[in-house]
Amino acid sequence: MGIRRGHRAHPGEWLAEKFIFLVSLTAILMVFLIFAFVTREALPLITGEVSSAAVQPVIPVADMDKIPAEKLRIYLELTPSQFATMDHDTKKLLMETKVEGAQDAPDNKDAKINTIEWRYLLFPYQWSGYDKPVYIWQPVSEIKKYNIIPIVIGSIKTTLIALFFAVPLALGAAIYVSQLASPKLKEYIKPAIEMLSGIPSVVAGFFALIFMATVLQKVFGYESRLNAFVAGIALGFAIIPVVFSIAEDALTSVPRNFTQAALALGASRWQAAWQVVLPAALPGVFAAIVLGFGRAIGETMIVLMASGNASIMSGNIFDSARTITATIAAELAEAVFGGDHYRILFLIGALLFLVTFLTNMAGELVMNRLKGKLEGKK
Amino acid sequence: MKKLLFIAALAVATTASALAGNITVKGSDTLLILAQKWAEVYMGQHADTKIQVTGGGSGIGFAALQNQTTDLCDASRKAKPGEIANCIKAFSARPTEYKVAVDGLSVYVNTESPIKELSLAQLSDIFTGKAKNWKDVGGPDLPITLYSRENSSGTYEFFKEHVLKGQDFAASAQTMPGTAAIIQAVSKDKGGIGYGGAGYGAGAKHLLIKKDDNSPAIDPTEENVIKGTYPIWRYLYVYVNPALDKGEIGTYLNWIRSDEGQKIVKDVGYFPLPANLRSN
Repeated sequence: MGIRRGHRAHPGEWLAEKFIFLVSLTAILMVFLIFAFVTREALPLITGEVSSAAVQPVIPVADMDKIPAEKLRIYLELTPSQFATMDHDTKKLLMETKVEGAQDAPDNKDAKINTIEWRYLLFPYQWSGYDKPVYIWQPVSEIKKYNIIPIVIGSIKTTLIALFFAVPLALGAAIYVSQLASPKLKEYIKPAIEMLSGIPSVVAGFFALIFMATVLQKVFGYESRLNAFVAGIALGFAIIPVVFSIAEDALTSVPRNFTQAALALGASRWQAAWQVVLPAALPGVFAAIVLGFGRAIGETMIVLMASGNASIMSGNIFDSARTITATIAAELAEAVFGGDHYRILFLIGALLFLVTFLTNMAGELVMNRLKGKLEGKK
Repeated sequence: MKKLLFIAALAVATTASALAGNITVKGSDTLLILAQKWAEVYMGQHADTKIQVTGGGSGIGFAALQNQTTDLCDASRKAKPGEIANCIKAFSARPTEYKVAVDGLSVYVNTESPIKELSLAQLSDIFTGKAKNWKDVGGPDLPITLYSRENSSGTYEFFKEHVLKGQDFAASAQTMPGTAAIIQAVSKDKGGIGYGGAGYGAGAKHLLIKKDDNSPAIDPTEENVIKGTYPIWRYLYVYVNPALDKGEIGTYLNWIRSDEGQKIVKDVGYFPLPANLRSN
């Protein structure tokens, strides 16, 4: 049975095709749903509806019946339907918890500050007990300090180390495999490098935590055993296969006649690869790096295990670092649901999502334009 | 639509109560091993009762308690006012709090460190970053590396409240996922110091703790912790919706606080409740 041109789709094929179409639609829908969910949880923060101040104004329980119902509802943080169905005694219990909360509040000059305002999230502030304005991430504390700059820096630091380590290696391998290696050697090297991506990140993290940290400390002699450098190197291993396979794809898709023309003009194989093929595939190489960046900044397990997770404001790569992903993974489990800490974690989650989404999109766009160009469409 | 939901909820509730003898327990990872051990022994004695224990953290436990997806909530800290308020909104009553065990926290250093004892004030200086070198607290000239727990841990909060007196941990404190990880790190780091449950000891040594400069240095033994002379200890809690605190669940709660239940506490490495807090 051969394939006939333009034959009518079999009902089964038609069904399968529509099914696959639906599946691809769900993927897009999922991306939107996740983003909507994450931002919805963070929304009250962005609009500034809630206050995290440790000391909140308190209404004495005895005054409960004197204040207007709507004011009481807002004070007790109830939705209108909850408020309507709740009986008087329950409301009284809620009033009591408010008073207890106020009694527990710390005696501190910062206790009235709403620490989830943007200026406290992004800029340094001199908290009581500190001798200068600082960037501090201490979400579990008398005065909850949610400055996200230290963890943003931690994320950027580990990601950049990973890129500096992985990109030269992966690009070198991609050039070698696509241009210089004999076809037989290529058959072995390519799957071997791509096999790296099959290592579960928790295993890679474990390896970094127990083995690499000790070895690297002996070699470089720095003080803190777990730090951004160790995490970055381990992360590098995770992104090498990503950068390699995309870069290799881009280099291979450069038409063979480019190389042949260069060789005919007397260039060596190396010159042809370096001066003709690589520049032609440069947008693809750029896309590979961008996608590697997206993968590295979103990776969680490796950095959680190997970076030491101290939220230090420091540019030193041998200091411990705390990343956005590790912060979310480590803290979400204990945050009070719907509380400020919980919402801040969703906020940085949304931020991370946006960054990876945009970098991935940029990578894909550049890659597509390159393909178009090489195939002579533009 | 609301009515439909309500009926559905009612149906779920009735099926749940029809399966009486099924107890779900959720919450603190600190209490997880103990809770599993309790469940195992209790189920061995009561073949018709099934107890499901899961961890996740005290916060997860409280969230499940207010969503009424768990019967009991294990917690290594007291419920926060916000969590109590959420429970009241969900089931119109405060959750009942039971103290179920005592945990003494040890402070660990490397076995090669000459330091044997520290006072609470010195510990606070070390962990807030005021003392950066061991010579500041009478040790050798060696920088101090701090190992702390994740801020999601009840142990972290307890240490911050009772040893640091509410001050912040130094930003340079590295956070480890558990007590075992802290001990592993301290055992590899001559300048390291960390804290954790009293149950784990190998690879690092624990320090004797002084309440202040003039008081004696105390070893975290069972006797000292229960007497209250060792200064860093806490209760572990179980919270329950008072409407459920009867029948099988009530019996179970009584049992874990009885002499028999408290014997298991000791086997797992925590300390049993003093006699006046036990049930009969």
